[in-house]
Amino acid sequence: MKRSVIFGALTVAGLTAGAASAATLDDIQARGNLICGVTTGLVGFAAPDANGEWQGFDVGVCRAVAAAVFGDPTAVEFVPTTGQTRFTALASGEVDMLARNTTWTFSRDVDLKFEFVGINYYDGQGFMVPTELGVSSARDLDGATVCIQTGTTTELNLADFFRVNNISYEPVPIETNAEAQQQYLAGACDVYTTDASGLAATRATFENPGDHVILPEIISKEPLGPLVRHGDHDWGDIVRWTLNALISAEELGITSANVEELSAGTNNPEINRMLGSEGELGAMLGLEPDWAKNAIMVGGNYGELFEKNIGENTPIGLARGLNALWTEGGLLYSPPFR
Amino acid sequence: MASDTHAQTVAYVRDTMIPEAEPPAMESGAIKWLRENLFSSTLNAVLTVLSILAIYWAVTHTVEWLVFGIWDAGSLSECREIRDMRIAEGIWPEGRNVACWAVLSDRWNQLLFGFYPQDLYWRPVAALVVFFIGVAPILFDSVPRKLFYFTALAPFICYWLLWGGTIWGPIFVALGFVLAWAVIRFGQGIVGPLAATIAAFVVPILYWIFVVGPLAGAVGAVAPIGIEFVESNDFGGFMLAFIIGITGIVMSFPLGILLALGRQSDLFIINKTCVIFIEVIRGVPLIVWLFTASLLLNYFLPPGTNFDLLLRVIIMVTFFASAYMAEVIRGGLAALPRGQYEGADSLGLDYWQSMQLIILPQALKISIPGIVNTFIGLFKDTTLVVFVGLSDPIGFTNLIRATTDWNGIYWELFIFVGALFFVCCFAMSRYSQYLERKLATDRR
Repeated sequence: MKRSVIFGALTVAGLTAGAASAATLDDIQARGNLICGVTTGLVGFAAPDANGEWQGFDVGVCRAVAAAVFGDPTAVEFVPTTGQTRFTALASGEVDMLARNTTWTFSRDVDLKFEFVGINYYDGQGFMVPTELGVSSARDLDGATVCIQTGTTTELNLADFFRVNNISYEPVPIETNAEAQQQYLAGACDVYTTDASGLAATRATFENPGDHVILPEIISKEPLGPLVRHGDHDWGDIVRWTLNALISAEELGITSANVEELSAGTNNPEINRMLGSEGELGAMLGLEPDWAKNAIMVGGNYGELFEKNIGENTPIGLARGLNALWTEGGLLYSPPFR
Repeated sequence: MASDTHAQTVAYVRDTMIPEAEPPAMESGAIKWLRENLFSSTLNAVLTVLSILAIYWAVTHTVEWLVFGIWDAGSLSECREIRDMRIAEGIWPEGRNVACWAVLSDRWNQLLFGFYPQDLYWRPVAALVVFFIGVAPILFDSVPRKLFYFTALAPFICYWLLWGGTIWGPIFVALGFVLAWAVIRFGQGIVGPLAATIAAFVVPILYWIFVVGPLAGAVGAVAPIGIEFVESNDFGGFMLAFIIGITGIVMSFPLGILLALGRQSDLFIINKTCVIFIEVIRGVPLIVWLFTASLLLNYFLPPGTNFDLLLRVIIMVTFFASAYMAEVIRGGLAALPRGQYEGADSLGLDYWQSMQLIILPQALKISIPGIVNTFIGLFKDTTLVVFVGLSDPIGFTNLIRATTDWNGIYWELFIFVGALFFVCCFAMSRYSQYLERKLATDRR
C-alpha cells in the first residue's frame, strides 16, 4: 500500500516535472532574479553588446518583467536558447519565461502546453529580391530559385504560397540565416525568404541595400510573443499584464521620461490605477503597487522600445505597420487596466 | 728506362688531378630540383604553370584582404566608410576589398572569456597557468618529480579559480580521493583486494553525494573563505572550449584506461558493463548525447533541481571521449605480445602491479598517435555545444553577428576561430610527435 503510494507519487512527480512547481513567482523571488530564455542572437531582438549586456526588443520585455517583480531591471539572467532547446528549457523550468520571437501557433499553445501571454511583434514571411531582377510582386517569381531555411514554418508557408498561386519554384535549402545571406549575395538564389523583420535586418547589413527590394506580399501570419508554462496562471498574469502595461502606456502617453511625474497622481484614473496611485492592481498580482511604473521606467513604453531597438531610426529600420496602436491603424490593443 | 719508353709512346701524361668542376647547371641545385619535380614532362610542366597561376590568383586576392584589414572601427558600416574614404582619397586603389578586423578588437574579451565578469579575467588566466604547471611533469621529463603533488591538486585549484565560491567545496571533494586511496591501502588487508577495490569506488561516491554538501556548508558557515562565485551561464568563448576540451581530455584518459582494462577483464559483470558502455556511447553521435544532456535529463530530474547545463555537457563529452579512448588503448593492449603478460605473471606481480609496471607503459606508448588523435578530435568537437545553446566561440560568432553593429560579418570571425583552434591542435600534434621520438627506444 505504502509502496504503491510512493510509486504513484513518483509517477506524478515525473509527469509534472515538466510543469514544474506551481508558484513560479515564489521561486523567482526566493532566487532573487528572473531567468529569461532568449535567442542565441537575432538582430534587433536579442544580442549582447560589447560589455556583455543583452540588448534588444525581446530583451526589453524580459527587463520590464524583472523590473515589475523586483523593481530592478538588472535582476534578470538571460539564457540563450536555440530553436530546438527553447521549449524544453521552458517546460523543464530551466527558464521562467521565453521572450524569443516565438510564433504563437495552435499546437504550441495546446499540444506543447504553453501559454502565450500576448503578442509583442506581428511578423510575417516576406521575400527579398535584387532590384535588377525587376520583380515587383511575389506572383512574378515563377521558376525562381529561393533560399530557404530548412525545418522551419517558412518552408511550409512557401510551398503553400506557390501552390495556391499555381507557380513553380526551386528551393535552395540552407541551414542558418548567416548562410542564407552569403548564398543570396553570391547569387546562388534569386530570392531570399524569411520573416519580414529578418529580411529588413539582413538587407540593412548589405553593402548596397538599395540594390535589393523587399516585396510587398506577406504570405504568413507570425504573431511573436512571450510565453510561459501552462499551469501557473498567477505567473502568466504577471508577464501578460507587464506586456499590456507597456502597450497601454504608449496609448496613454506614459513614457520613461514622464512616468515618474505621472505616478504621483493625475486626472486620468486609468493612469492612476496602472501606476499605483489609485486602486490595488499591484497587490492583485502579488507585486508592489509601483510594478507597472518600474516596468515602464526600464526602456519606456512599447513605442519607445520599438523605436530604440528596431524602429525606423535604427539600421534595421522597421516601420510600425501592424505593430502600431489600434488607434493608429495597427493591431496593438491592450485590455483596460480596471 | 721504362719511363722513357713510356714518354715516347704516349704524347701526354697528366701528372695532376683535374680540379673538381661544378656539375652542369641543368643537373644541379634549384634547376635540377625544378626539372625533376615540377617540369619533368610536358603534362607536369603545364600543371605546374596552372598551379602557380592559381596560387598567385588566390594569394593576391586574399593577402590584400588580410593585410590591409581595418582594425579600428566601431561597426561594420564604419569599416566600410573608412575603406571608401581611403579609396576616395586615393590612398588605396579602386575596388580594394579589405577585412574588418575591428570586430576582433571590439569583441576580443567576449571571444576569449564570454560573459565572465571583466574584473575577474585574471582567474581563468590563472587557472590556465595552474593547468600548465600541473601537466608539466606529465609532459616533460626534465621537470622536477615533486611537482606531481601539485598535479594532483591542480584540478581542484582550477575549478575553484574558475567558478569561485567557497573554498571548502573543492577541498572536501578532493578529500574523497584521499578516502578512496585510504580504502584501497588499508582495506586490502581487512576485506581482501576485490572487496577493497569495489569499496574504493562506492565509499567516495556515497561520501560525495551525502556528506560533502552538508559538511562544506557547515564548515563554510563557520569559516567563510571564498572568492566571488561566477555562474556557468557567464562562461563562454574560448574559455568554454578550453574548459570542456581540457576536462574531457584529462578525465577521459584515466576513464578510457579503466574501460579498456575492463573490456579485457575475465570478470563477467565488469567485462559486460564496459563493453555495453563503450558500444552504446560510441554507437550514438555526440550531438545526440548533447541533446540528451540538455533536453532529456531535465525531464528525469525532479522539478526544481538545477543541474548545471555546462556540467551535464562536460560529463557527456567525457563519456564520449573515454569510449573512444578505451578502444584506442585496447588496440595498444592487444598489440602487446602474449609473452609480456605471461612474463609479468611469472614475476609474481599482482594484476595492478603488472599493469602499472609492464603492460600499460608499453601499450600506451604504442597508442600515442591514436590517443592524441582522439584528444584533437575531442577538442574540435567542443564546438558542437553551440547546438544546445552554450556560447562557445562559434556561438559567439552568432551572438556578435546579431548586434546591429556587426551584422553581416563572417569571414573575419571564422578565420579567427579557425586560427585559434589550429594553433591548439597543431601544438598537440607536434607534442605527440616529440613524445613518439623520445619513446622510440625499442620495436625497431
